[in-house]
Amino acid sequence: MKKLFSVILACLMVFSLAACTNGAPKAEKSSVKAGFIFLHDENSTYDLNFINAAKEACDKLGVECVLKTNIPEGQECYEAACELADSGCDIVFADSFGHEDYLIEAAKEYKDVEFCHATGTKAHTENLPNYHNAFASIYEGRYLAGVAAGMKLNEMIANGEITADQAKIGYVGAYTYAEVISGYTSFFLGARSECPTATMEVTFTGSWYDETAEKEGAIKLIDNGCVLISQHADSMGAPTACENANVPNISYNGSTESVAPNTFIVSSRINWVPYFELIIKSVQNGEKIPADYTGTIETGSVVLTDLGKNAPAEGTQAKMDQVKAEIQKGTRKVFDTSTFTVGGQTVTSYMADVDTDAAYEGDHEVISNGAFNESADGFRSAPYFDLRIDGITLLDESY
Amino acid sequence: MKKKQKEPLFHIVKRDVLPWYKAWGIRLIAIIAALIVCGIITTVTTGLNPLKVYASFVQGAFGSGRKIWITFQNMSVLLIISLALTPAFKMRFWNIGGEGQVLVGALATAACMITLGDKIPNALLIIIMSISALAAGAVWGLIPAIFKAKWNTNETLSTLMMNYIATQIVAFFTVVWEVPKGSFTVGIINQNTNAGWLPQLFGSKYLLPIVVAFIVTASMYVYLKYSKHGYEIAVVGESEKTAKYVGMKTGKIIIRTMILSGALCGLAGLLLVGGINHTITTTINSGQGFTAVMVSWLAKFNPITMVFTSFLIIFLERGAGEISTNFGLNQSFADILTGIILFFIIGCEFFISYRIAVRKSNKEN
Repeated sequence: MKKLFSVILACLMVFSLAACTNGAPKAEKSSVKAGFIFLHDENSTYDLNFINAAKEACDKLGVECVLKTNIPEGQECYEAACELADSGCDIVFADSFGHEDYLIEAAKEYKDVEFCHATGTKAHTENLPNYHNAFASIYEGRYLAGVAAGMKLNEMIANGEITADQAKIGYVGAYTYAEVISGYTSFFLGARSECPTATMEVTFTGSWYDETAEKEGAIKLIDNGCVLISQHADSMGAPTACENANVPNISYNGSTESVAPNTFIVSSRINWVPYFELIIKSVQNGEKIPADYTGTIETGSVVLTDLGKNAPAEGTQAKMDQVKAEIQKGTRKVFDTSTFTVGGQTVTSYMADVDTDAAYEGDHEVISNGAFNESADGFRSAPYFDLRIDGITLLDESY
Repeated sequence: MKKKQKEPLFHIVKRDVLPWYKAWGIRLIAIIAALIVCGIITTVTTGLNPLKVYASFVQGAFGSGRKIWITFQNMSVLLIISLALTPAFKMRFWNIGGEGQVLVGALATAACMITLGDKIPNALLIIIMSISALAAGAVWGLIPAIFKAKWNTNETLSTLMMNYIATQIVAFFTVVWEVPKGSFTVGIINQNTNAGWLPQLFGSKYLLPIVVAFIVTASMYVYLKYSKHGYEIAVVGESEKTAKYVGMKTGKIIIRTMILSGALCGLAGLLLVGGINHTITTTINSGQGFTAVMVSWLAKFNPITMVFTSFLIIFLERGAGEISTNFGLNQSFADILTGIILFFIIGCEFFISYRIAVRKSNKEN
């Protein structure tokens, strides 16, 4: 036994020596090094969108980058962040909501490293100078995708495939979380701006990534009579189900045309390159990174993919471009309170839960100038629109 | 025409017990063979130098002080769960409900931290947390044990089903405690007050589970080898009828052992929530209740050997994670390598117990 143990030890020592020589740091491309933490890997459309942006931004600026994939939302995230900081990263970024608290723990410990987090809600209340949140006004992108959906519904009505009353949209969501509610509501308002008789049904899967559940959710909605499907979940489940049933669909995070060539209309996504460039340049120049950053159409953060080849209605691109210009000019607001009602009433005042607390108390008045101010300056970057507007039916709310 | 009795080319013969150095020799050969196969697959599929990949593998577990600590911390948790399952396995009670037993322990810990945090002194809170975690795990082990002892139900199925029930209960409470609403995330519990966080030993975040694992290992070794209970477990495991014949109350032994097994799983849950993650999720145990089955079997239910087998599994896991980061490979590739190595290690146990007798050439006729 002793002999064996010493043999193992000897092997280990040889290996670790080898490790030392091989693991010597690579030649530095620049003085800044960025570390990225991802919840899943390339197989998730959500993470793929971040991974591509991280590589692109780092390549463009000639910065060394380290990517860590499959980091769960637990202590592993704290450890990964610390390891990145230990290895000399000046910026550590994490992409999933549940990473936030662990990143904050690391930020308290490594005061010289900038910690940036997508979709988080706590930067504006934590008061840590080196902890920052970021998101984008993706509700504008969803609205534009909704316009494309409305055009498609109108085409189907005009062709006699459905009657105006049958213009029901189905939506596969993950959780009854503000980010999802904001997403499907803006999508619905976009669709209804084109097709006034549109209604919507939403089902929730209880997971951000569950291919089977998303597929089954889409099938359930189609069986319920939904004639167009969209989603806020990260797998190819819903688009695949739609392709099989020949139902037009609109996705998120990136094009899903590869699995749905005949039914894919368009997809909205957040382009993270502008934000990554901003934080890297800020560190290079010694400038401050904003506590909350909301990317917009203007900054190039909110983008739509190319239209599908077969499914979109005639003139969709032109209409979307027109609406986009209106949004940019400010003449059209996504959450214009005159375009929706809650319980039959126009909303004139609403206290949103902007500062995260266990009691979910509303703490900020978000209605002003006839619109709901989503992801606005002075509030926070992550969405907080959680009104249940008329015309949308939630099929299940257990999540 | 000659009628020839056809003898197979080779057949399998049970070996006598091998001397330890031969057994370990076979294991060493298996590991070397596994590394060679992994090397070939790595070079063919990725074009990387396999030596570099192995070096990175080792670095994943031992590359820095922090990494070494995490390796031993993770190993300790897995070891505790494996030790928890062992007395049940020795009794031939197939407890594959470790996952659920850990989860309910974790849930009980989180419940105490959330509902009692800052309301009572911290020391008292930690005592209540510990008792609830152990009790919750014990109850989760007790339920299938009662069914087995009273009605001889299949414990493999019932312990497995208890896992799913535990996962769903945790999912339910995640929705109750989620912050912010709808996010399905509890976040770090008592992040600002640290109420209910298990104390750090000698200023180290990682030491506590290691010390606990050390104590549990030593106690389990003594319990199984030298105590009357341990003897009874062994007898029931060998033959329930013999146990009954010599007057042992087998039902009582099954129930008592499963309470112990479940409570130790609950202890692992306590460490996961109170000492390491400070949150609760359905995946907090990341399948270790099942991995522990393998750890325990590989060690042939010997608590001391289990230290090495749990180390092996964690080493592979940490190394696999490192190579996917360093070489930009998909996690699945790392899992393939881990799978190959485990295949060889488990497979070599066959050659330790059996030998292959090749057909003798019969030239007589």
